[in-house]
Amino acid sequence: MLPQQIVNAVSLGAVYALFALGFTLIFGVLNVVSLAHGAVFTIGAYAALKAVIVLQLSLPMGAAVAMIVTAAAGWLLDKLIFAPLRARQAPHLAPMIATIGVAIVVTSLIEGYSGPENLRFPADILPANAVTVGAVRITGLELEIVFLAFALMAVLLWGLKKTRFGRALRAVAESPKAAALMGVDVEAFFRVTSMIAAVLGGAAGVLIALYTNAVFPHMGQPMLHKGIAVVILGGMGDIRGALIGGLFLGFAEVLSVAYIGSTMRDAIAFGLLFIVLLLRPQGLFGHAAHRRA
Amino acid sequence: MEWLESFWATYSTLVLSIGTNVLLALSIYLTLATGLLTVANAAFMAIGAYTAGVLTTQAGMPFFVALFFGALTPALVALLMGGPTLRLSGVYLAMATLAFGEVVRIIILNAEGLTGGALGLNGIPQLTHGFDVGLTVALTLYVLLRLARSRFGRAMTAICQDETATELMGLNVRGYKLFAFVLGGALAGLAGGLNAHFTFFISPNEYGFERAVEILAMGVLGGTGSPWGAVIGGVLITLLPELLRGLGHYRPLINGVILVVIILYSPKGMWDIVRRLRADLRLPVVN
Repeated sequence: MLPQQIVNAVSLGAVYALFALGFTLIFGVLNVVSLAHGAVFTIGAYAALKAVIVLQLSLPMGAAVAMIVTAAAGWLLDKLIFAPLRARQAPHLAPMIATIGVAIVVTSLIEGYSGPENLRFPADILPANAVTVGAVRITGLELEIVFLAFALMAVLLWGLKKTRFGRALRAVAESPKAAALMGVDVEAFFRVTSMIAAVLGGAAGVLIALYTNAVFPHMGQPMLHKGIAVVILGGMGDIRGALIGGLFLGFAEVLSVAYIGSTMRDAIAFGLLFIVLLLRPQGLFGHAAHRRA
Repeated sequence: MEWLESFWATYSTLVLSIGTNVLLALSIYLTLATGLLTVANAAFMAIGAYTAGVLTTQAGMPFFVALFFGALTPALVALLMGGPTLRLSGVYLAMATLAFGEVVRIIILNAEGLTGGALGLNGIPQLTHGFDVGLTVALTLYVLLRLARSRFGRAMTAICQDETATELMGLNVRGYKLFAFVLGGALAGLAGGLNAHFTFFISPNEYGFERAVEILAMGVLGGTGSPWGAVIGGVLITLLPELLRGLGHYRPLINGVILVVIILYSPKGMWDIVRRLRADLRLPVVN
């Protein structure tokens, strides 16, 4: 029983981590809490679904379409919302409120266009094979989800750590002003970050859509709340924290459903979030920030 | 007076909704004007609605008493919660209150014995009349307008502009914040109690994230310069969906568009536009 739960927890946790990674990246670099990240997640799921059903593409191609569409969404989000607010040096709550608006606009556009009902991927497109190790059954889909999620995260972490691009991005995150003085095109990095974050969110949307086989207009909202819980848990803007926090939430949810009951499943994330905010607002791995006037 | 009766028969629910929404807008005005982004107002509204609803349907309490407890309970919850959460700044506070809202919704969903769970609370007597709502709104507005011009209102503005400087001036910043938060909770609860007694039926999903966003949209649209801003926001956000009935599924779009457009183009809200217009026309300024 327990090994099976661990498999479920890792696949769910990997997706949470992937989603939270984009969320925390935007906060770390743009210093913005993007509450539209859940809507981007929904866009990803719908883009893949429509590509598979309407355009008759294969699943990997559908996922690629979803990533292109969400990258465009990330570009638009920065162009239309973040950039003008940056230019005006708006207080940090302004982008947060504006992205709530964006999330509503996107959700109701999707609902109006595609209807409120729950859509599914065609059954024959999902990988049907499964690996059985002892009493543990791992479906091909779970393997793909875990592989894809960790692959994306590994690419991101490697890119941030080892490449010239990653160094520049970290410099921008540290201090946009200093980075600009060093000749980094800060605005371009802000925009690219928004795109990368959107792609991560969109990929998480595709994976969750496959995992639960349910695509509906409001699917981004519970995910956003979980993403918030994860980044609070790991510390806002902390990449490693988002990874560990995502897996942690996956385990907390799966184990609570298995051993406590499913009614409290959604309360777990928020209960955790609440406790962490009250006891360690800097996150489990963070350091307290010094307040400056 | 016949036209008035027919008007009331058709539009009474709308007029009552405007009234309770103005109360909700005033409740979020209090925290927004203190520089706090809290999105717990929908949860406080839920607590008020369920407290008042349970008291009238299951305990047979008089309406007035039910409303009183409908305002008192969320205020007490806000008092308990405010201590630890108001230490958080900016985005962290917003996210903590977001989580709090979800926790309240889940608790209501699971406390089936008292609240009816997902099925909701049914058969709430229709005790709210235009008079109750009108009087409550008028009284609240009067008190808040006086408050805005008092020591409290100036402290709120000061905290909103620079918290550290305000603290250095010797003001009890945490006290003022807590007061705004608790009073906002009481107002939202009162609005919930009034609202529950003309909609006949309440369910936990009415008080979810969407309601929280709607309340926020009212506050942001109106602006936090004056309680009048909240009134403008509450009235417009209630009327707009009615005027845009033809949009169908696209209707919630309007709240989103308003949030984006206001934040991008007029971050001080409608009240600021009204005030500037009035200054241009050289009319006397009331507030």
